[in-house]
Amino acid sequence: MSAMPLASIEGAIEFIFSPQYSNVTGGKKVGGIDQVIELAWNQLWLTIVALAIALLVALPIGLYLGHRHKWESFATAIGTAGRGIPELILIAFFAAAIGVGFTNVMLALAILGIPPILANAFVGIHQVDRASVDAARGMGMSELEILRRVEVPLAIPTLMGGIRSAAIAVVATATIAPYGGYETLGDFIINENVYGENGVLAGAILVALLAVSLELALAGVQRLLTSPGLKLRPA
Amino acid sequence: MIDPLSLAAAGQVGEDFFKERDASSLCQANDANLFCWDWAKNNIDRYETFFIEHVELVVISVLIGFVAAFALALLAHRWQRLRLPFLLGTGVLYTIPSVAFFFLLLPLTGRGRDTAIIALSVYTLQIIYRNTMLGLDNVPRSSVDAARGMGMTRRQVLRKVELPLALPEIGAGLIIATVSTVAIATLAALAGGGGLGEVIVGSERGLGISFKTNLIIAGGLTIGLAIVFGLLLMGVQRMLTPWRRVKAV
Repeated sequence: MSAMPLASIEGAIEFIFSPQYSNVTGGKKVGGIDQVIELAWNQLWLTIVALAIALLVALPIGLYLGHRHKWESFATAIGTAGRGIPELILIAFFAAAIGVGFTNVMLALAILGIPPILANAFVGIHQVDRASVDAARGMGMSELEILRRVEVPLAIPTLMGGIRSAAIAVVATATIAPYGGYETLGDFIINENVYGENGVLAGAILVALLAVSLELALAGVQRLLTSPGLKLRPA
Repeated sequence: MIDPLSLAAAGQVGEDFFKERDASSLCQANDANLFCWDWAKNNIDRYETFFIEHVELVVISVLIGFVAAFALALLAHRWQRLRLPFLLGTGVLYTIPSVAFFFLLLPLTGRGRDTAIIALSVYTLQIIYRNTMLGLDNVPRSSVDAARGMGMTRRQVLRKVELPLALPEIGAGLIIATVSTVAIATLAALAGGGGLGEVIVGSERGLGISFKTNLIIAGGLTIGLAIVFGLLLMGVQRMLTPWRRVKAV
């Protein structure tokens, strides 16, 4: 019992670095660092594009509603309700109803990314101290300037929190993209008959590493974007 | 795939040809149908087991996650030094995708429902922990001071003042955790954990990953379950906190 997991981990590491023989590919080797890099890049690219689309849709709406303090219950309800989207079924449905491939999977993932970004953009801007906004208005700033130079900088922690939640959800779900006909690291996990047990564990390790790295990178971005004056406040 | 209806329309085969066939296989074979009402009516009972499995997965996982996260929050509230390690620890666990977590656990716990429940409960930890801490932090200092001044012990202050005042945030965390778990539990099927995902990807019990009627029914049941759980918990939260309403973070 105790020796088994250790052996699997060794096997998984071997799978990551050197190609293995598979039972079903007719002599063609699977795994190895080249395929790992290719699939990891596929998953990252899919995540980046889906997030970019989600940002394009959600950010303007969230910022606008937050700035005008309108539709509070809509914006917060969408944040909670969005978490109830069964993404496996959505990807499968897009594949069956529209077709397989990068674009359709990407759109399904973008739908998943929209709610947290929208809700947090709203809450972040909505919660900015009204006195700061009034002061900016008194200084003669236009509404757009107030948003860009006062509200967004003050809302960065909440705003980035939403983007990070979206990123975590999207990169995690990009794992099951092979069900929509686009190969990511999840292929190692889903197709055990091709990659074997070592491939499955290798896939799980790689997906976890990719998600944690992305989260760390975004935490770094958040530090860079946070105004120096705000960093003094305890988190 | 040839569309049988267009064949019929073109007069190549009679419409009777299709009426004689089993409605379910015809619908499953016909790519053009978005939703087959007849099939749905005749087969809806096949979803019962999957639905019940799904409810069980969600309820058990959220309960375990809630008890664990609540305990962590109380510990961190009492000993503030634990705050950061707990936050980082649950954060890393939250960041690891559930699908990956299922298969990382596989060598230790094997395929099946236990593995799915462990991964799903771990996922809820961060959400519930953060919201509980937020709730406890938001309790006004003056309320705590007043309670202490009245001679309450630390324990009494926690039970009678701090926790009731933190209920809106705790409830918000529980709602988000539950709704998320309903959706993510569809992935439990990949680790042999059953639930509504099984009806999509199951190789033995599944009804087909490209059968749109199946996808719509399973998706509808999942979303419906998330809504019911969400509204139910919101109702309970409202009943318990008549004095205050707070939005989720």
